[in-house]
Amino acid sequence: MNAPLLSRRNLLLQGGALVVGFALSGRNAQAQIFAPVATDGFSKPVAPDQVDSFLALGADGRATIFSGKVDLGTGIETAMAQIAAEELDLPLDRVTVVQGDTALTPDQGPTYGSLSIQKGGVEIRQAAATARARLVQLASERLGLPADALATENGTVRPKSGGKAINYAELVRGGRLDLKVDPAVATKDPATFALVGKSVARIDIPEKITGRFTYMQDYRVPGMVHARVVRPPTIGARLESVDEASVASVPGLIKVVRQGNFLAVVTEKEWAAVKAAGLIKATWSKWEGLPEQDKLWQHVRATKVTKDDVTSSTGDAEAALGQAARTLEASYDFAIHTHGSIGPSCAIAVFADGLLTCWTASQMTHALRKQLAAMTGLAPEAVRCIYVEGSGCYGRNGHEDAAGDAALLARAVGRPVRVQWSRADEHGWDPKGPPTLIDLKAGLDGQGNVSAWSSQFHVPEGAAGNVPLVAADLAGLPHETALAPGNVIQNSALPYAFPNVRTVCHRLATTPFRPSWIRTPGRMQNTYANEAFLDECAAAAGADPLDYRLRALKDPRGIAVLKRVAEIAGWQARTPPVKEASGDVLRGRGISYVKYELNRTYVAGVAEVEVDRGTGRVRVPRFFVVQDCGQIINPDGVRNQLDGNVIQTVSRVLMEEVTFDRGAVTSLDWASYPILAFPDVPEVVSDLIDRPTEKPWGAGEPSAAIVPAAISNAIFDATGARLRSVPFTPAKVKAALQAT
Amino acid sequence: MAHQLSLDVNGRAAHLTVDDPDTPLLYVLRDDLGLHGPRFGCGLGQCGSCTVHVDGQAVRSCITPVSGLKPGARIVTLEGLGGPDRLHPVQAAFIEEQAAQCGYCINGMIMQSAALLNENPKPDETAIRQALAQNLCRCGTHLRIVRAVRRAAGTL
Ligand code: FES
Ligand code: FES
Repeated sequence: MNAPLLSRRNLLLQGGALVVGFALSGRNAQAQIFAPVATDGFSKPVAPDQVDSFLALGADGRATIFSGKVDLGTGIETAMAQIAAEELDLPLDRVTVVQGDTALTPDQGPTYGSLSIQKGGVEIRQAAATARARLVQLASERLGLPADALATENGTVRPKSGGKAINYAELVRGGRLDLKVDPAVATKDPATFALVGKSVARIDIPEKITGRFTYMQDYRVPGMVHARVVRPPTIGARLESVDEASVASVPGLIKVVRQGNFLAVVTEKEWAAVKAAGLIKATWSKWEGLPEQDKLWQHVRATKVTKDDVTSSTGDAEAALGQAARTLEASYDFAIHTHGSIGPSCAIAVFADGLLTCWTASQMTHALRKQLAAMTGLAPEAVRCIYVEGSGCYGRNGHEDAAGDAALLARAVGRPVRVQWSRADEHGWDPKGPPTLIDLKAGLDGQGNVSAWSSQFHVPEGAAGNVPLVAADLAGLPHETALAPGNVIQNSALPYAFPNVRTVCHRLATTPFRPSWIRTPGRMQNTYANEAFLDECAAAAGADPLDYRLRALKDPRGIAVLKRVAEIAGWQARTPPVKEASGDVLRGRGISYVKYELNRTYVAGVAEVEVDRGTGRVRVPRFFVVQDCGQIINPDGVRNQLDGNVIQTVSRVLMEEVTFDRGAVTSLDWASYPILAFPDVPEVVSDLIDRPTEKPWGAGEPSAAIVPAAISNAIFDATGARLRSVPFTPAKVKAALQAT
Repeated sequence: MAHQLSLDVNGRAAHLTVDDPDTPLLYVLRDDLGLHGPRFGCGLGQCGSCTVHVDGQAVRSCITPVSGLKPGARIVTLEGLGGPDRLHPVQAAFIEEQAAQCGYCINGMIMQSAALLNENPKPDETAIRQALAQNLCRCGTHLRIVRAVRRAAGTL
């Protein structure tokens, strides 16, 4: 943006704690770099019920916002600044956002689940509104005027009748507000919003465009050395021996670190670490514990079920299936996927005086702190994790694991260690989006309406919480294993009002790779099966797929997004498939809908496809999407997320699948795990339904949920063939075409 | 075996010694010269995030060993293409179009596009997409990137 912003950011990154003088009450910010979290009376509060935890008003008239939610490339930094500036009546360029530093920011939970605005932003809004009310009260005391005779404007409080304005800085002289956040505080009337709801330019973009931005991968600390990890050739291999002489000639070699099955090389310069990791000779035991890839779905079916979660139950689905005029049955599957971050994970750790400081691009620094504490045997208070933005992660990728590697190595060599994962480390060792298998049955009544729906989802037991760190696992160190059930079962239940429904999730004890969440976890896979199978019902009923959905939908906001997407896509009611008789390329369109977790953001989408009959290749030239996420903070930011979700998910659906042999992942680069490239990226036509007086809901994930079914349904419309196995590769499409 | 190197990086002479002549240019730019524009993405020439200009051509610096560079080779990185107070037209267009999400790929997108516009000042959309076919973006910023290049070319 401008020079002051650059220097502020640099100061923040170099000092670890820019935090305007007063917030650290006179402590030397530079000294905080390796800092003493528990031991030296760090004065910045972080308790989530305190206003001072969320914001500081500097003597310079600026506000610093402390956000536990972090910007993963989605524009949250700017959106948080908008929310705070709006509520504080400050110009946007007088707000700085500090993100995800366990010593400075409140724990607002991990940055996942499309909750940054909905939860994190609302908390910041309440803190800012509480602060503003106190500022008005302080001014009222000072001026001897009633509070309702005062207004806030441009960082000041002034009498509405005119007269001298008082700067916030004067009112809070001497430091903190010492105030509890009032969750019932009156926030601004949306009709008076000046910043919220406006497409303001993102704060971070100019630096990213000019090469001035400091990503995690760019971060450096004094005295730092470089490391590369050397992962086992198979997931379960034991390290039998290491030939240290094999790397003795590498210039600047500091140490070969071996602990259990954890192996890494540490060098003075980065390229030497890359070289050494390639040269080192080690022997590992054999291990072949993975299932055969082409029997993956049998393996999933045979996996032990630890419990069943019944996610909805209405009427008697079994009985109604028995009485239905017609029944349908199908199974859908969604392959194992990687996050596919363009920049492999990276972290820096320094271990000094019994304290561990870790710079990380983790989406969950507070949770990571506990994991690092468990792994190193330190108290959580002796660990500080500081967020530095990395490459986009789209869920829990390798960022936290790189932090674990760095922590282990920093202790082993006694110097700050930077760990940069290789491309193969990221593709091979990030935790994976688990394989998902879904069996569905439906019964239709005499009019073709769904009278019974019964579905069973095979999903992992633990798919949230803290994914075990690779370093802890390989080195045999203690784990902090708060593996939570997570929300992968969300959207297994339906947004439609069918009379007899039973949806059950079988929670599997194991899955071939460490599972984690990839963007829109569970909701994407579950919505795919539900919305594609519903299309099968519509086809069986001879109905138009849009009309069929509207018949079963009672929710006016859901109906609104569906109708709007039909409008922008020029949807013509008819019964698929069209199945043009001639031509090599068949065209069709498909529709899909989600109400995210059945209680928030609504999205509807229409995919247009072209299917090459000869090659089986599918293209998606255009995708229409309409979203209602309640109150929108930054419309341009939301549209950016819609583009991102659609394009990333088209890639997942058409191309992506982690491949593996009996020992390890074999898709270790972009050639073996290709993603959608420019020539095949669809045009995305999006529209937003803004509801400024409603609650703000998440926008980072929901629109991915509708993409797979819209494509499957469009392929059916074009060809009469139903694709039920993601990815829809040319081979699968050809086989499906031959079968119809 | 130490290797002496003289390069012109962003208009300044750089004289360096590297331990290993195989060292890719990317590591020299990032680690020895402290530049943040060129980024490590794959080290395999597959993603484009490390792209720089060498004598006017867009090059994957992760697979360009320094020993293969001519003495005095002219290297331009994203920082050298333009800065906050004198933006290159492609950079200005990327800001105008808000063409970034995480932005990790953006270095490559801008360097590749700037090289394209040097050769073909008025590319159509297909030519832009073809020119960027080897540059990967995971955030799905492609459409804004294409629009930004068209804007820079004056064809939007
Ligand atoms: S890092 Fe050079 S092409 Fe990927
Ligand atoms: S903007 Fe994140 S990879 Fe392109």
